[in-house]
Amino acid sequence: MPTAEPLLAVRGLIKRFGGLVATDGIDLDVAEGETLAVIGPNGAGKTTLIGQLSGDLPPDAGSIRFAGVDVTALPAPARSQRGLARSFQITSIFREFTALDNVALAVQAHAGHSFRFWTPAFTERALREPARATLERVGLGARADVVAGTLAHGEQRQLEIAMALATRPRLLLLDEPVAGMGADESQRMVRLLRELRGQHTIVLVEHDMDVVWALADRIAVMVYGRVIACGTPEAIRANAEVRRAYLGEEVPA
Amino acid sequence: MRSRARVLTLLAGLLALGLVPLVAALTQQPFYLDLFRRIMIFAIAAVSLDLILGFGGMVSFGHAAYLGIGAYAVAIPAFYGIHSGLVQWPLAMVLSGLAALAIGAVSLRTSGVSFIMITLAFAQMLYYLGISINAWGADDGMRLARRSQFGGVLDLTNGYVFYYVVFGLLLTLLWLGNRLVHARFGVVIRAARSNEPRMRAIGFSTFRYKLAAFGIAGAIGGLAGALLTNQTEYLTPSYMHWTRSGEIMVMVILGGIGTLYGPVLGAVAFLLLEDVLSAWTVHWQVVLGPLLVLVVLYARRGLWGLLPEARRADG
Amino acid sequence: MLFLMAAGLTLVFGIMNLVNLAHGSLYMVGAYLATAAVTRTGSFLAAVVFALLGTLAIGMLMEVLALRTLYERDHLDQVLATFGLILFFNEAVAIVWGRAALFTAVPSALSGHIQVLPGIRYPAYRAVIIVVGLLVALLLYVVVTRTRLGMLIRAGASNRTMVGALGVNIRLLYTVVFGFGAALAALGGLMAGPIYTVLPGMGEEILIQVFVVIVIGGIGSIRGALAGAVVVGMVDTLGRAFLRPMLSTIIGPSAADNAGPALASMLIYILMAAVLYFRPQGLFPALRG
Repeated sequence: MPTAEPLLAVRGLIKRFGGLVATDGIDLDVAEGETLAVIGPNGAGKTTLIGQLSGDLPPDAGSIRFAGVDVTALPAPARSQRGLARSFQITSIFREFTALDNVALAVQAHAGHSFRFWTPAFTERALREPARATLERVGLGARADVVAGTLAHGEQRQLEIAMALATRPRLLLLDEPVAGMGADESQRMVRLLRELRGQHTIVLVEHDMDVVWALADRIAVMVYGRVIACGTPEAIRANAEVRRAYLGEEVPA
Repeated sequence: MRSRARVLTLLAGLLALGLVPLVAALTQQPFYLDLFRRIMIFAIAAVSLDLILGFGGMVSFGHAAYLGIGAYAVAIPAFYGIHSGLVQWPLAMVLSGLAALAIGAVSLRTSGVSFIMITLAFAQMLYYLGISINAWGADDGMRLARRSQFGGVLDLTNGYVFYYVVFGLLLTLLWLGNRLVHARFGVVIRAARSNEPRMRAIGFSTFRYKLAAFGIAGAIGGLAGALLTNQTEYLTPSYMHWTRSGEIMVMVILGGIGTLYGPVLGAVAFLLLEDVLSAWTVHWQVVLGPLLVLVVLYARRGLWGLLPEARRADG
Repeated sequence: MLFLMAAGLTLVFGIMNLVNLAHGSLYMVGAYLATAAVTRTGSFLAAVVFALLGTLAIGMLMEVLALRTLYERDHLDQVLATFGLILFFNEAVAIVWGRAALFTAVPSALSGHIQVLPGIRYPAYRAVIIVVGLLVALLLYVVVTRTRLGMLIRAGASNRTMVGALGVNIRLLYTVVFGFGAALAALGGLMAGPIYTVLPGMGEEILIQVFVVIVIGGIGSIRGALAGAVVVGMVDTLGRAFLRPMLSTIIGPSAADNAGPALASMLIYILMAAVLYFRPQGLFPALRG
């Protein structure tokens, strides 16, 4: 998909924690519609990267351009309003609300302001219908009225995705979407993500290499805060440096 | 989410409150009028605190300050000859609302313990301010020259009229509060309490909503203060002392945090207990203290929580 | 003096994540026990010992009975429960000693003045307080950074379950730390007796200030407590001394008489607000693991 400017352009992103440099000058481009997977050993700085992209961590240096606009100084809510959605590695949902309410909230965030004091929110059709549709899309349609905290772990991960989707994003930042899932659940999640591939741009952090091979258009490999390689899956497989970095880990064949 | 038991208790309770004046008249005991009016005024304060504390998770330990501001907003104009309630009461709400916005703007930049301590400190600051101003009674306080006047339509010097005014305000507050917590605004506040990072990730700038809630709660607290000073016809800076804030908080917890109606129960329970215990001994707080500890440790959900909850409704 | 209280409170909070409003009550108990001991025995030294041990005992009792379950609970619960403790202690103290203020004299050995600098005399007792404060700061620093106990404390702050899993008796550790905090409060209380009045509720007066100190200095850090105490003390003293004269040149002496003291006491809160606005973590925030 040739586009003049990448949807997401990261330049020289640096983040330090005391003496530790978590991200050390990251450069990345993500074209619209593609799926970029970010992999790397533990401690490579992947989560820090996601945090800076989503707006939860202010970088110490560098810039982030999203849809042609410099968003480096924008806080997370503002980025979400511009179409940058994220899901969390450790499931982060509203446990006391139902699944439907969870997603309706995400819809509400992008449906005008919430200084409304009179009409019950969750009876608003403008909120409920898109929410239900999104739940169907991720496969949770039947569980809409279940209290989120009582959903199975895999379902909660699906809910995470649903909430991100409900904000009508242009870019999805997914932080280990299959974390903690068994084989069946993972496969379901991969099928879901495959369906999303064409319609959304995705940046995916993952440890599970099966998922990465199945979904990624390109792969970026991070080690000690730097991107040591970025290219198509074949190129990465053949890359000697990557093999070295992964020695002792699950070696991509 | 409301069960039969809860709805019935609520209705019965409100009905009972409404009938108190009748009982007082029949038994020739105006004391009851005073007592329950006082209870309702504090119920209003407690409900307003519950909005931010129970629903929003903002542990404000300085709520009494807004009652104080509201009280002064009535007493000071009265001192200078302005007795119209139509001036005083809105003034009370506006001033305390503004104070809440100011305090909230600084305090809400923190969370957790810092937030608790900051709100406490600000309230105490206002208390010291109150003590130092000699013109307005300093720490001896000042008397209310006359109860707020409403141009002959409502005569607050009549205990029964005053009672029903307070009763009406309480009912209105409960009704509006109920709508508010289910409306978009209320949902945002509740969800922010549940998981604030998530809220920000889906695109809510939570700060502005929390601040607004804080201001609203402060304004209602101011109204309670205006009512309180009319009730006692007296006012001292001690109304703003942080232990007062603590007491209101106790009412909320005792009654049921985050339930809107629970705090009314809590105010009833607390003030009745205070009344009963203090007749028994001047040192009644010695009992109250450990009692509170026990409630917090073992009966967390308060009195309202003791009533059976409905099973989650469908759809 | 503020430092002593602040250090104790910040220790307890920083290490055990416990908000203890009743810390002020321990201060008060220390003051009362000291006063009682002095009136009975006439010996300041005896009073010190008695107050320290007595408050320590009460503090430990408090911890075992009431506070243990609170470690796991959220801060609101802690605030409320310890508020209940305050009510209890204030009233208990009033039952035993009555509500009137008690007075203790400054011990005669320390009641003079000392020459700090040529021409400037400073009350000896207050100088002693400052010295004690500094010694305690030093002691704490040494203990926390150099000893095994200190290491355990810091580890426990970062990761309580892990330390427990390593076989250390976490409960005991917490009780010890709490005892430390209580002792510091008691020390503050017994030294405060002679200069401030001993009243039910005195704990809360100082507690607010201690909170301000901790917020300004940074929660959980001893260094912050020290810095905060110094800053607050200075601002307070300078404010009281200079604010009124300054104001009277601007708005006239009688208005200044009125507004001066009010503003002076508000000064530290304004300072706190400013710190919060610009640097919410405080001046020297503790680095959490």
